[in-house]
Amino acid sequence: MNDTAQIFDQGEYNFAYLDEQTKRMIRRAILKGIAIPGYQVPFASREMPMPYGWGTGGVQVTASILGKDDCLKMIDQGSDDTTNAVSIRGFFEKTAGVRTTYETSEATVIQTRHRIPEKGLREDQVLVFQVPIPEPLRFLEPRETETRKMHALEDYGLMHVKLYEDIAKNGHIATTYAYPVKVNDRYVMDPSPTPKFDNPKIDQMPALQLYGAGREKRIYAIPPYTKVKSLDFDDYPFEVQKFDKPCGLCGAENVYLDEVILDDQGGRMYVCSDSDHCEERRANGHLGPMAADPAATHFAGGASEETVQ
Amino acid sequence: MYVAVKGGEKAIRNAHKLTAKRRRGDTSVPSLTLEQIAQQLSHAVARVMGEGSLYDETLAALAIKQARGDLIEAAFLMRAYRTTLPRFGYSKPVDTAEMLVERRISATYKDLPGGQVLGPTFDYSHRLLDFALAAEDDSAEPAVETSPPEDVAMPRVTDLLGDEGLMEPDPVSDETAPVGDLTREPLSFPADRDLRLQNLARGDEGFLLALAYSTQRGYGRTHPFAGEIRYGEVEVEFFAEELGFAVTLGTIKVTECQMINQFKGSAKTAPTFTRGYGLVFGQVERKAMSMAMVDRSMRFEELGEEQVAPAQDVEFVLSHSDNIQATGFVEHLKLPHYVDFQAELVLVRQMRAEWFEKRRQEEDSGDAAQEAAE
Ligand SMILES: [Zn+2]
Repeated sequence: MNDTAQIFDQGEYNFAYLDEQTKRMIRRAILKGIAIPGYQVPFASREMPMPYGWGTGGVQVTASILGKDDCLKMIDQGSDDTTNAVSIRGFFEKTAGVRTTYETSEATVIQTRHRIPEKGLREDQVLVFQVPIPEPLRFLEPRETETRKMHALEDYGLMHVKLYEDIAKNGHIATTYAYPVKVNDRYVMDPSPTPKFDNPKIDQMPALQLYGAGREKRIYAIPPYTKVKSLDFDDYPFEVQKFDKPCGLCGAENVYLDEVILDDQGGRMYVCSDSDHCEERRANGHLGPMAADPAATHFAGGASEETVQ
Repeated sequence: MYVAVKGGEKAIRNAHKLTAKRRRGDTSVPSLTLEQIAQQLSHAVARVMGEGSLYDETLAALAIKQARGDLIEAAFLMRAYRTTLPRFGYSKPVDTAEMLVERRISATYKDLPGGQVLGPTFDYSHRLLDFALAAEDDSAEPAVETSPPEDVAMPRVTDLLGDEGLMEPDPVSDETAPVGDLTREPLSFPADRDLRLQNLARGDEGFLLALAYSTQRGYGRTHPFAGEIRYGEVEVEFFAEELGFAVTLGTIKVTECQMINQFKGSAKTAPTFTRGYGLVFGQVERKAMSMAMVDRSMRFEELGEEQVAPAQDVEFVLSHSDNIQATGFVEHLKLPHYVDFQAELVLVRQMRAEWFEKRRQEEDSGDAAQEAAE
């Protein structure tokens, strides 16, 4: 059963790696997901040439919807140049040969891990999320057999008890990311581990949102302009994180910031998590309080050394 | 830098170059050949084929070489390759009773038709490092007195017991029924035995070993006997629609384990022994035995036993047996998580500020109360 010759003759891939039959299977799951917003559709996730937990769900969704004319943006932690974003973008450049970009407005498909771009998305864009644990009830009830029943019966009491206990114990709802939402007044959904700061963006978003969990073999979706409500209580309304400083580089306020440790003397700087947003603002002349600081220019990096286009 | 704002791509490329260099090691030492690995590290090759779910010794050897001996990484390479292969259909069930046996032992009978065939095994060897192997040239072939695999009938022990009605029979297989296949349909629960066995056959040897061991130590005891372990070559046949008959695709080496377990019977059924089943690629007896024990444990429901132990918990076992999934998710913690960590930082800082504020107020009011008392 050995075929050594085969080993050395595998330079050719189907467009976007997956075979067409697999893509059709995934597209069917996507369509079902769109038809039932927030419902987790099981799909026969394939083994991909990157590890489970490293974006295999998002990669399979992207591979299934990508066309030759698409322009792909790939981000991780809000940035196009983080290691895994670079790796997955390289994967699609190699296997699909599509155009890629760092610019949010130029992309037709944006695959992301842990963030939603600051710039509002449009109807002609699709946002693909990489999802580690798709089940919002998983940490309350580890059994799939039970959680599927709870979704079917719309029995979300356990989730409200958990949020209530948070408040009783900590005075706050202690969930800061992967903050549960209710989609279209029906399914409670995990918006993937984006900080809750991004939750308001998924409500009534003009772009189609697709969520892919490869290891857990689930796909779910939020169609454009769908009502998405973060769970809360009347006396403890949902709130997003607030930063008391603007971006050190571009001065942006009301954006999500990363904290960068500058030295061992407690020196810190806050910069936009969305690196494209920050660069665009700086290009338009917006300067933050640290923009001229030598420590900051190191992180700003100037023009990309390895521009991937 | 781990996650520089810029320059990630160059860093990744350099890391990959360094890995390739480290993999090769000192170039004055000859490079391993795939034949060397396939022949001299055959247990590693078997494990990688089993957990990689693809029977190909040369590819497994290549995967082991590429993975620098990291067998889970090698199995992952096999899986990723396997997923790109076209699928023509499902083979006919292999007939292990027709196996060209290289090793066959039974712990339940002193002797039996076909005999006990020890074959190649570490069993009964003294685990002393053999320094003779450290010599560069160990090419002198050990003289072995053995008769070549005999073409005598070697009925399976469970079939012998079956004649007496002592053994639960093989489940009646319906050849027209669709084959459960967790690589084509996502696993859902409750999972039938075909899917459970498929999952275990691909599962991590260490995980199954630990679970099997736990049943021996009282966590869901099943009173197992190694009814039979056999290792050898079986033919793989494929029914060709166009031809109207089955053709032999080739042979594979497998280890099969039939565990015999107690069963008390019920008002409806006479007491019989029950079975756990293990079948793996290559000679991987530890895993075949573990698989059989865990398979038997997970049958608690159909056999009217109580669920008391982890090894019986079908959803728990099947959801965590796959080491490719497990290693991916555990190791994904190496990916940057600073956005989420920032979210936690913001909350913890806020909660600490509130805590200190509360304590200050309590101290103030405590001071005030003390002053008032004085
Ligand atoms: Zn900024």
